[in-house]
Amino acid sequence: MALLTLSSPHSKGSNRTANMMRWVILMCIPGLIAQTWFFGWGNVHNVVWCSIVALACEASVLFLRKKPIAFYLNDYSALVTAILLGIALPPLAPWWLSLIATAFAILFAKHLYGGMGYNPFNPAMVGYALVLVSFPVAMTTNWASPGPLLELGLPSLSATVASIWEIAPLADAYSGATPLDLYKHEIAQQTAEVVRANPIYGDFVSLGWEWVNLAFLGGGIVLLLLKIIPWQTPFAVLAGLTLPALVLGWDYDQFTPLSIHLLSGATMLGAFFIATDPVSSSTTKLGRLVYGFGIGVLTYVIRVYGSYPDAFAFAVLLMNFAAPFIDIYTQPRTYGYAGAKRGAKAKENS
Amino acid sequence: MASSEFKALAKNGLWDNNPALVQLLGLCPLLAVTGTVVNALGLGLATTLVLVSSNIAVSSIRNFVAESIRLPAFVMIIASLVTCAELLMKAYTYELYQILGIFIPLIVTNCAILGRADAYACKNPILPAATDGLMMGIGFTLVLILLGGMREAVGQGTLFSNMHLIFGPAAVAWELVLIDDYQNFLFAILPPGAFVAMGLIIAGKNIIDQRIETTRKLREAKVVSGSKRVRVTGKIA
Repeated sequence: MALLTLSSPHSKGSNRTANMMRWVILMCIPGLIAQTWFFGWGNVHNVVWCSIVALACEASVLFLRKKPIAFYLNDYSALVTAILLGIALPPLAPWWLSLIATAFAILFAKHLYGGMGYNPFNPAMVGYALVLVSFPVAMTTNWASPGPLLELGLPSLSATVASIWEIAPLADAYSGATPLDLYKHEIAQQTAEVVRANPIYGDFVSLGWEWVNLAFLGGGIVLLLLKIIPWQTPFAVLAGLTLPALVLGWDYDQFTPLSIHLLSGATMLGAFFIATDPVSSSTTKLGRLVYGFGIGVLTYVIRVYGSYPDAFAFAVLLMNFAAPFIDIYTQPRTYGYAGAKRGAKAKENS
Repeated sequence: MASSEFKALAKNGLWDNNPALVQLLGLCPLLAVTGTVVNALGLGLATTLVLVSSNIAVSSIRNFVAESIRLPAFVMIIASLVTCAELLMKAYTYELYQILGIFIPLIVTNCAILGRADAYACKNPILPAATDGLMMGIGFTLVLILLGGMREAVGQGTLFSNMHLIFGPAAVAWELVLIDDYQNFLFAILPPGAFVAMGLIIAGKNIIDQRIETTRKLREAKVVSGSKRVRVTGKIA
C-alpha cells in the first residue's frame, strides 16, 4: 500500500544508481562498435580485461572493508569506471598498463576516499592520468592506425590479444600517431593544407576518430533525452572548447582547427560520459555550466600550449578540484527565501 | 641518565612522536629526495648529524641565552652545523652531494631540527638532549629509508642501487634487482608518488596504533572485571 505523501515532492522518479549506470554502459556501445570497426579489437579486449580487474578489485576492497559485496557490485559503478578506461586507453596498450590504471582507479581513487559517492576525483581519469604520467612511451606508441589505411586490413582478434599480452608483437605499421598529436607537431613546419593531406585525416575530419566521436555524441544525446545526464555539463564543455578555438585558434596554419578539436581525441566521450560523472562534478545547474566550461577551456589550453596531445584527463581532474568551490558560489535560491545564499559566509551562517 | 628516561626518549623519537610520521615535519626533503634508498639514507644521516649536534650545542648554551632572542641564536647554530654537514658531504661523498643538491643546505629549514631545539634541548641537560636528537634523527632516517625502499622497488624494480655512493666500491654488489627488464614506473619516482607512499606508511602506523590500543583496552577491562573494586577512576600507580 502506498502511503500518502503530505509534503513535496509528490512525484518521484524511480532512478536508481544501477539503472543510471546501466544506461551509461549501454550508450557507450555505439562508440565502442565504431572504435572496433576502425581500430580493431583492442578496445573490446581492454573493456573486458578492465572490467575483470575492476570487479575483482572492488570485491576484494569491499570484503576488506566489511561491506556488502553483492549490493555494491550490483550498482555497476565499478563497471562504468572500467568500461570508460577500456575505451580511453590506447587500443594496443599492454595488459599491465590497463591493470595498473584500473586497479589504481578502484583502490586508490575510489575506495581510499570512502567508496561509491565519496570520491572527489573521477576514478577513471585518475587511473588514466596515472599511467599517462608513469608510462609516456607505452601511452603514445600503442594507438592503432585506422583500418582503411592498412594494406592488410586490421589485425585479427587473436593477433591483437597476443600483442596486448606481449606474446607476439604486431608490426609497427599497425600503430601510429593520433590526428591531434600529428597536427600539433607537423603544423610547426608545414601549412594546414600539407598537414591535412596526410591520409589519417581522411576526407572529412580525421579518419575513424570522427565516427567514434559522432557515435559517442549520439549515445550522449540519448542519455540527455533520458535525463540521465544534465545538459549543462556537456554543453559547457563543448562551448569551452569551441570558443577559444574560434577566437584564439582561427589561424589553421598555426593551431589545430576546431573540427579536429571537436571530432578527434576524447572530446565527445569526455563531454558526455566523463565530465558528467554525478559524484565528482558540480551539483548545481549554474555550477555545472562553470565546471564544464572550465574543462573545455583547460582541454584547449593543454592541447594547444601544453606538451600532451590530448588533455581530457587532466582538465577533468583539475575541475574536480574546483567543483566543491564552484558549488559554494553557485547555490540556487531556496524556495521561500528572497535571495540565494552563496559564498563561504552564507555557509557559515546557515 | 636513567634507563627509563632513555627508553622514554627512544620510544618518543622512534614511534610515538616520530618527526616524519606524527609531527609531519621536514616533509619537503622527505618527499623530494626519497627516490632511492641511498638518497634517503644520505639525507637521513646528514639530518641526524645536524640534529644531534644542534641539540648538544643548544643544550650547552641554554643558561646563557635570553629567552627573547633564543630563536635567532638557534637558527645561527643550526645554519653553521648544516654548513659543516654540507662541507663534509662535499669532501667524502661528492657524488651523493651532487644528487641531493639543494636539499642538503635546505636541512636548515627542516622544522624538526628547530622544533627539537626549542621544545626539548633548550630545557634539558646535554646528555638527554643528545639522546633526544639521536632518537628523533634515527626515527626520521628510518621513515626516509622505508619510503626510499618502497619508491625504489616500485619505481625502478631495484633495491639498494648505487649504495657505493656512501659505503665505497664494495657496496656496488649490494644492488638487488627485483624484476628484470622492469619498465620504470615514473609515478613512484616523481613527487606525487612520494605523497601516496607517505600516506600509506602513515595509514599503516595508525592501524598498528589502533591494534595496540584495542588490545590494551581489552587487557585493562579484564583486570577491572576481575577485581573487587566497585568503581575505578583513573590509573592507580
